[in-house]
Amino acid sequence: MLTETKDAAGQGPESVPSLAASSPRYGEKVIKGLLTLCAGLSVAVTTAIVISLVVPSITFFRAIPLTDFLFGTAWFPDFASNASFGVVPIVVGTLTVVLISLLVAIPVGLLSAIYLAEYAPARVRRVVKPMLEVLEGIPTVAIGLFALLFLRPVAESLFPFLPWRTPFAVGIAGVAVGLMIVPLVASVAEDAMRAVPRSLREGAYALGSSKLRVSARVVFPAAISGIVAAIVLGSSRAIGETMVVLIAAGATPQLIAPWEVTESIQTMTAYIGSTATGDIATGTITYNGIFAVGLVLFVMTLAMNMIAIRLVRRFREVYE
Amino acid sequence: MRTDQDPVPGTVGTKGPRTERARLAVAGARAASGNIFGEPDRGTKLGNVIFPALLLLALAFALGGLCALLAWSLVQGAPRLDLDLILNNPSRLRPETAGYRTALLGTIYVIAGVILLIVPLGVGAAVYLEEYADKSRWYNRLIELNIQNLAGVPSIVFGILGLAFIARGPLSLGFVAAAGSLTLALLVLPTVILASREAIRAVPPSIRDGSLALGATQWQTTSRQVLPAALPGILTGVILAVSRAIGEAAPLLLVGAVTFVTFNPSLFDGGYSVLPVQIYNYAGRPQEEFHTLAAAGVIVMLVTLLLMNSFAIWLRNRYEKRW
Repeated sequence: MLTETKDAAGQGPESVPSLAASSPRYGEKVIKGLLTLCAGLSVAVTTAIVISLVVPSITFFRAIPLTDFLFGTAWFPDFASNASFGVVPIVVGTLTVVLISLLVAIPVGLLSAIYLAEYAPARVRRVVKPMLEVLEGIPTVAIGLFALLFLRPVAESLFPFLPWRTPFAVGIAGVAVGLMIVPLVASVAEDAMRAVPRSLREGAYALGSSKLRVSARVVFPAAISGIVAAIVLGSSRAIGETMVVLIAAGATPQLIAPWEVTESIQTMTAYIGSTATGDIATGTITYNGIFAVGLVLFVMTLAMNMIAIRLVRRFREVYE
Repeated sequence: MRTDQDPVPGTVGTKGPRTERARLAVAGARAASGNIFGEPDRGTKLGNVIFPALLLLALAFALGGLCALLAWSLVQGAPRLDLDLILNNPSRLRPETAGYRTALLGTIYVIAGVILLIVPLGVGAAVYLEEYADKSRWYNRLIELNIQNLAGVPSIVFGILGLAFIARGPLSLGFVAAAGSLTLALLVLPTVILASREAIRAVPPSIRDGSLALGATQWQTTSRQVLPAALPGILTGVILAVSRAIGEAAPLLLVGAVTFVTFNPSLFDGGYSVLPVQIYNYAGRPQEEFHTLAAAGVIVMLVTLLLMNSFAIWLRNRYEKRW
C-alpha cells in the first residue's frame, strides 16, 4: 500500500509530499534489533537446555549401554563397586505418583470446572476464579510439608489396616500432587467449556434438555479437546513436580505395583533434586546420570506439552 | 465471547405476554425430544438435584484441601511465630531459637536479581512478538511455540540448565545468589512474556493507528501509547511471576542454595540459601521442633505470596480497561 502511494506521489504534482520516512531512523532499527534479541533469547534457552542435557548424556551412554539404562530394573547409582543404572524403577515411581494424582485431579478438577462454567452464578465465579489462581501459586514446598506432617498421620489413622512402614508413602505424595494440579486442570477445562458457543446450549435447551443433559451431553463433548488438554497439562506438571515427592515420597528407588500406596519410592525429579546438589564431583558416571534422567524427563514433558498446545489451539480455532 | 451479564440460557419466556406461546413451544420441544409427557421423569429430576450437589462437593474439595493447608500451617507453626523467626540465623542444633534471617536475605537478593532480569527481557520479547513480528514468518512462529513449550518445562530441568550452563560451564558464575537469580529468571520468563502479550494485545488497534497517523514512529507509538495502556496487565504478570519465583525451591537445589548459611549472603560471592530451600532443610530433620519451625516458615512465605497475589488481582480489577 505504502509503495503504491509513493509511486503515485512520484508521478503527481510536486506539491504532494512523499509519505516515506523523512530520515532513515537508525534508532528504530536498533530498538527492533534489541527486541528481537529478547524474543530470540527463549530459543537460545531451549537450545542451551538441550545441549546441557544431551552432551553429558552421550558420555553417560558410552559407559552405560542405552538398553541397560532404559530397561534395567535396578537403580543403585551410589554403589561404588557395582552401581546399576536401570531407569525403570524411578520412571515407574514417577508414573505411580502421576496416576494417583490424576485419580484425584480429574474428577475434582473437571466437576469443579463444570460447576464454574455451567452452574455457578456470575457472583460466585468472580470470587472462585481468582481464588483458584491464588491456590495455583502455593509453593510446592508447603504442599510437601503438609503431606508429610498432616496428610500422612491423618491417612494412617483413617486406614490403620494398611502397612505404613515409613514416614514416606507414594499414595500421600500422589494425593498431594493431585491437590496441587486441581486448580490448573479446573481453570483450563473451564476456559474450554466457556469457549463453547451459546447457540449449542440454547439449541439443546430448546429441545427440552435439562441442565444436566446440556452440561454432560452437549458442552462436555464439545469442549473435549480442551478438557483433554487440561488433563495432559496436569499430568505434565505432575511428572515434573519435585519438592512434594522429595519431601513426602521418600528416596527408595524400588519397583512397586500401583496399589502399594504406602511404600516409599523415588521419582526421576526427586533423584535429580537429591543427588545434584552443588558439591557433586563433575565427570563421574553418577554426575552424568543426572543429565540422562533429566533428558528422559524433558522428552516426556515436552511430548505432553506439544500435545496439549495442539489441543488447546484446536478448540480456540473452532470456536473463536 | 459470553459475558457475565448474559441471561442464563433456558430461563427465557416464563413471564410476560408471550408466556402461553413459550409454554406451547417448550411442550412441543419436549415432545419432539422424546419426552412425551411434558414433564421431566424422576430420573432426570433426581439427576438435576444430585449432579449440582456433586459439583459443589468437588469444588468444596478443591478449595477445602488447599485451605486446610493454610489452616494447618497456621496451627502447626503458631508456637514459633515470633520475631526470632525472621531475625535469628538458621541453625542445625537449636531449633527453638533458630530462624530464617539469612534465608530471607538470600530470597531478597535472588528475587531482586530476578526482577531486574525479567522486566526488560520479558516485556521486550512480548513487544517484539505483538508489535513487530510478522506472524507468517516461520522463525516467529518457532519463537511462539518455543515460549509455550518452555512454560511447561519442569522447574528441575531449569535447575539442570543452571548447573551445567550458569553455575558451571560457559558462564561459570559459581554457586552464588546471582546464579540462582539467572536460573529463576529463565524459569519464569515465559510467564511474564505470555502475560505481557495478553496485556499488549488487549490495547485496541485504533490507538496504534491514531498514533501512527499523527506521524509517530513505531517505537514512539509502542513506548508512549501501547505500553502505558498495557502497564497494569504487564505489572500483574510480573507480580505473578515473581511470586512463583519466591516459592520455587527445586532448581535452586542444583545451583547451590542448600547450605546452612550463617552469614549475610552477597550476590556474586559465597554461599546462600532461600526461604523455601531452608524450609525443605528443616522439614528433613527428625526433631519435632524443626517441623514447627518449617511450618512457621511456610506461614511467612504464604503471607508474602498472598499479599502479592491479592495486590496483583486488585491491580488487574482496578485498572482493567474496557475499550
